[in-house]
Amino acid sequence: MTAADLAIILPEIVLALFAMGAMLAAVYTSKDAMAAALTYGTATVFLIMAFYIAVTGDGTRVGFGGMFIDDAFARFAKVAILLSAAAVLVIGVEAMEKSDLLRFEYPVLITLSVIGMMMMVSAGDLIALYMGLELQSLALYVIASLRRDSVRSTEAGLKYFILGALSSGLLLYGASLVYGYTGTTLFSGIIETAAGGEMALGLLFGLVFVMAGLAFKVSAAPFHMWTPDVYEGAPTPITALLATAPKVAAMALFARVVHDAFGGAVGDWQQIVAVLAVASMFLGAIAAIGQTDIKRLMAYSSISHMGFALIGLAAGTAQGVEAMLIYMAIYVTMNIGTFAFIMTMEKDRRHVTEISALSSFASREPAKALAILVLMFSLAGVPPLVGFFGKYAVLLAAVDAGMVWLAIAGVIASVIGAYYYLRIVYLMYFGDDREGLDGQMGTAAYIGLVGCAALMLLGVINLFGLEAPAAAAAEVLLR
Amino acid sequence: MAAVTFYIFALSALAGGLLTVIARNPVHSVLWLILCFLSSAGLFVLLGAEFVAMLLIIVYVGAVAVLFLFVVMMLDVDFAALKAEMARYVPVAGLIGIVLLMQLSLAYGAWEFSEGIDQRLGNPMPPLDEAHNTQALGLILYDRYFLVFQLSGLILLVAMVGAIVLTLRHRQDIKRQNVLAQMYRDPAKAMELKDVKPGQGL
Amino acid sequence: METILLFAPLVGALICGFGWRMIGEQAACVTATGMLFLSAFLSWIVFLGFDGETYTHSLFRWIESGTFFTDWAIRIDRLTAIMLIVITTVSALVHLYSFGYMAHDENFREGESYRPRFFAYLSFFTFTMLMLVTADNLLQLFFGWEGVGVASYLLIGFYYRKPTAGAAAMKAFIVNRVGDFGFLLGIFALFWMADSIQFDVILSMGPELMETTFPFLGYEVNAANTIAMLLFIGAMGKSAQLLLHTWLPDAMEGPTPVSALIHAATMVTAGVFLVCRMSPIMEYAPLATNFIVIIGAVTAFFAATVGLVQNDIKRVIAYSTCSQLGYMFVAAGVGVYSVAMFHLFTHAFFKAMLFLGAGSVIHAMHHEQDMRNYGGLRKKIPYTFWAMMIGTFAITGVGLPTTYFGFAGFFSKDAVVESAFAFGGDLGQFAFWALIVAAVFTSFYSWRLIFLTFFGEARGDRKTHDHAHESPWVMLAPLGVLALGAVFSGVIWYNSFFGKTDQVATFFGVEYADTHAGDGEGGDHGEAASTEGDSHGSEHHYVFTSPPGEGAIHAAPGNDVLNEAHYVPLWVKFSPFIAMILGFLTALWFYILNPAMPGILAAQQRPLYLFLLNKWYFDEIYDAVIVRPATRLGRLLWKGGDGRVIDGGINGLAMGIIPFFTRLAGRAQSGYIFTYAFAMVLGIVVLVTWVTLASGG
Repeated sequence: MTAADLAIILPEIVLALFAMGAMLAAVYTSKDAMAAALTYGTATVFLIMAFYIAVTGDGTRVGFGGMFIDDAFARFAKVAILLSAAAVLVIGVEAMEKSDLLRFEYPVLITLSVIGMMMMVSAGDLIALYMGLELQSLALYVIASLRRDSVRSTEAGLKYFILGALSSGLLLYGASLVYGYTGTTLFSGIIETAAGGEMALGLLFGLVFVMAGLAFKVSAAPFHMWTPDVYEGAPTPITALLATAPKVAAMALFARVVHDAFGGAVGDWQQIVAVLAVASMFLGAIAAIGQTDIKRLMAYSSISHMGFALIGLAAGTAQGVEAMLIYMAIYVTMNIGTFAFIMTMEKDRRHVTEISALSSFASREPAKALAILVLMFSLAGVPPLVGFFGKYAVLLAAVDAGMVWLAIAGVIASVIGAYYYLRIVYLMYFGDDREGLDGQMGTAAYIGLVGCAALMLLGVINLFGLEAPAAAAAEVLLR
Repeated sequence: MAAVTFYIFALSALAGGLLTVIARNPVHSVLWLILCFLSSAGLFVLLGAEFVAMLLIIVYVGAVAVLFLFVVMMLDVDFAALKAEMARYVPVAGLIGIVLLMQLSLAYGAWEFSEGIDQRLGNPMPPLDEAHNTQALGLILYDRYFLVFQLSGLILLVAMVGAIVLTLRHRQDIKRQNVLAQMYRDPAKAMELKDVKPGQGL
Repeated sequence: METILLFAPLVGALICGFGWRMIGEQAACVTATGMLFLSAFLSWIVFLGFDGETYTHSLFRWIESGTFFTDWAIRIDRLTAIMLIVITTVSALVHLYSFGYMAHDENFREGESYRPRFFAYLSFFTFTMLMLVTADNLLQLFFGWEGVGVASYLLIGFYYRKPTAGAAAMKAFIVNRVGDFGFLLGIFALFWMADSIQFDVILSMGPELMETTFPFLGYEVNAANTIAMLLFIGAMGKSAQLLLHTWLPDAMEGPTPVSALIHAATMVTAGVFLVCRMSPIMEYAPLATNFIVIIGAVTAFFAATVGLVQNDIKRVIAYSTCSQLGYMFVAAGVGVYSVAMFHLFTHAFFKAMLFLGAGSVIHAMHHEQDMRNYGGLRKKIPYTFWAMMIGTFAITGVGLPTTYFGFAGFFSKDAVVESAFAFGGDLGQFAFWALIVAAVFTSFYSWRLIFLTFFGEARGDRKTHDHAHESPWVMLAPLGVLALGAVFSGVIWYNSFFGKTDQVATFFGVEYADTHAGDGEGGDHGEAASTEGDSHGSEHHYVFTSPPGEGAIHAAPGNDVLNEAHYVPLWVKFSPFIAMILGFLTALWFYILNPAMPGILAAQQRPLYLFLLNKWYFDEIYDAVIVRPATRLGRLLWKGGDGRVIDGGINGLAMGIIPFFTRLAGRAQSGYIFTYAFAMVLGIVVLVTWVTLASGG
């Protein structure tokens, strides 16, 4: 351990110190009364860190004996994580306040979780991977069950925790198999043994178990079962968080593991990722149709979207990783916008999440309805909105990698999936005119909703220059 | 001799694990769990990792298992009903377990190590005369695995914060005992005598 | 100037169509009409000042793709100049006329604004028609071609509350599609052969194309003939020639000014214009031109026969138009394009006039169109009567043969007939006699129209007759102007169109040479020249000598029909005159002297009468052979293919299978942790099995 190592990990250190300092400060002063200020402060720190990482990061640096990797790929993912977490924090303050959940531990736990995510995407070692994963997950388990007086929230947290523990077990089992075969936990060591030729069955099993653990984190079918229940049970701002930053982190980690540790055996894991992708896309699309709760619907939607992102990964090429990163960035933006709205769905001063409450929403709130329409169309992948370009990129990557069948499956799944997005739009514009939502929307949430919708429209010009850093990130990963 | 000991410990660890799951009485389950921990500690001793073995006994047997016992005894969970529900799935689960087991045995049966594993093997134990067990562990934890060690610290912090967040609640609608208030209570102030005239009410 | 001329109608259309709410209804209509008069004025300047030299203004590059490029350009030559004055003059007059005719229309509700729309359509039509005639390439021409089709569609269906009008509009559009398909194929073939669709290039390719063949439908076909045929199929559709003529009579559902402008004077002549424009290619496609002659002659005859028995005043004139277009095609087919244009030119005036006159009658009779309910209107609407008389004189060809006394139609029709005779051979004979018989019929039905409408007893609704009134001046003034054209346009430009070859050549900007001065042309002509030699041996004998593509029209070496048409026997020159007289006398006998006669004849020759009344059963045959099978096929594909297979499949998938899976997924989501854990374990087992099999196998 040297000063150089610490310099590499500086953002994480800053965040950890901030988290601990903030907690101490809050405990010894006004406690929950300063929660709102603390939340905004946390968001600010996230933004600063994102800016710091984006601007100062350069090249590839490896610290702690290869355990921590700071490269373009990690930076891309970290910036996405920090920005989305910051956005969710700011947007969610009001909703948390309304439901009396805004406690000072909330931003602290999220900060710790974000540190875990940042560790995940920078992991260069199976142990570091696991530590990051657990730090991230544990904090999320806690905040998912933050609403203690609600059975659903408690149940959600518990389910999340137990199944998460199971997935951790699978992952650890796989990691131990890998270690048993290779004798090392460093990715750089694993890739030496896995490069070229036949992969030993033990290593392959280890890989499958590790991937199963990761699939749980990205909620890919059939490891997705927790997602709808947790999304529904958790307080909505926390659902918004669950649907965004951790997904980016887990997906980036997924890419990191399969390419950094098993990059020499693309053919072996490609099929598994493809199977996960197809299962997720179809399950997400089909199961979402029957939902009546918009949060559950968004859960299935995210399962389906993870399937699409996995297509990019399944391609096994730099193009595929680039497409996956772009897809994730777009996905996160769309979800922030959508959740900004869902958080503020209110009827008779009570938070509601039934889809039917949206009926004829457009006649009362045309501007918001239009923004949701744009977001829903973008989620469904209707050109010329940005969501379409994300789908297009991953499908193109699959086709270029010779996996035409996967691309075709993706197209079919997106057609099925379009149904439920359009159903929301249909309800808003053509639903029965009856008592609907009557809540007011806070400024932050409104900006989040309309801003994300505007991004979906304006991004078609050049995707805000997302492609160049994503390409650089993908290139460095496959080097 | 070492081999015999190993098999005894290994078998008792497996048996303990299995009986933990299938025991009818939850208290028995915890006791089986303790057997499992103890056997594992024995295995660690066989490996020369005395420090870890002692940790296992002190932390897991001494603290965790006892905590489990308390939980099992204090919470009125009808484990029998839960198990009955689960019993319906035993055939399928068993089948799948067997499939998984066979596949794993396939892997273990033809197990081979990667080429050059000896160079990669990370942390050869220093001879006991150079550094004793605890010292060697400390050297690794605070040097090579410094990062993950600190991360575990953060994880524990999260666990602690989480536990407090989820359980420490000041509920408004329940009465709490305020010892000082009770002690400083003055009967004269606490009571007021009123003379109520018949037929007039308060 | 040409640009202003061209775009003034468009500007008028846009202002009138979109701006009328701002500037008011009347002002909008006046603007459109003013623009048209400006355009007409400029057209006459262009026409009169035109010296025969072709020139092109390129406005902008339209399309460029590989070797393909198209400019948006204005090409002015004699053909264009003639068309310009025809289009803009008639259009301007029709605009003016419409002020009166469209003033009140019972097809629209009280307070509805329909006039700006009408004027905008008219102006838009004029613009696209001008685009068509000023094109310097086939694509721009096709743009105009389709533009007029659209305008025609909109105007035929102008009374959109009338189901018949909507059906007629669709019929016109769809029948034209058939022709347009051929036209498009022709354009494609030309581009394939010539690698260009610029007139400059393709028109000079005629001789080359004659030597070329290309495979088409499995046969090796001559390029020139095939292309010419395909282009002519397009012309057949637009100009309502036999087989594709059925839309024209139905198009009379539109307001009468529309019929005058589009379905008499301008749009329907676009086919004739196309053939003349393509003359340098047509000249080298003998099979195609023979086909044109046959179709033209048969159409002239067929339409005239049908016209004999129609009772709707507008339908009579519509069939008459159809018939006269046949004349033009005969002229074009035999190779005297100048004569085709001549007849087009005069016909535009007198036919527009007949239509506007008919419109005036209809206006007077409160939109009654059945001639059987007319009669004795001479006194009530004297100006209209005289206008119709002049029109009838013109169409029947009243004039003294061999002299310069006569109405416009006299000169041009005689020119066509003489050209057909001069063409010689069996085909020439056939065309000549068909046209003569058609001329008899033309005279008969034209006079029948006059007699039924203006003479005899008033028939039909008495009240309507009592209220019959002369039209306002805005409707009569155009009639007057057109009357001038119907009377004088023939005699003034006779020599230009059908004079001696050198005069015609000068008019059309074509080089010519005196063959008697030189050593004569190819041997083909030798025989004809020697037989005619006696009568005109001493005179100069000029021929067109321009290479293909130069000058407005072209004559292949050996095409001397224009010259010979002047030296046909005297009986040939008199035959149209006799035909005219014959038709007139028969009509006089049938409808004035012995009014019972037609009824008796119709009863005696009932099958023939019905055959004619039902227009040779073309509509019925098409209905049975094409429309109904197509409908049945469509219904089969719709109900069976689309409805059952595609919709059924999609619906089955969307409403049966996917919801089934949705329910399945919903059931799997039981809420129990162990179910979820079970699913995860199951998943890992499947994956592990998968990789075991994949790596093992």
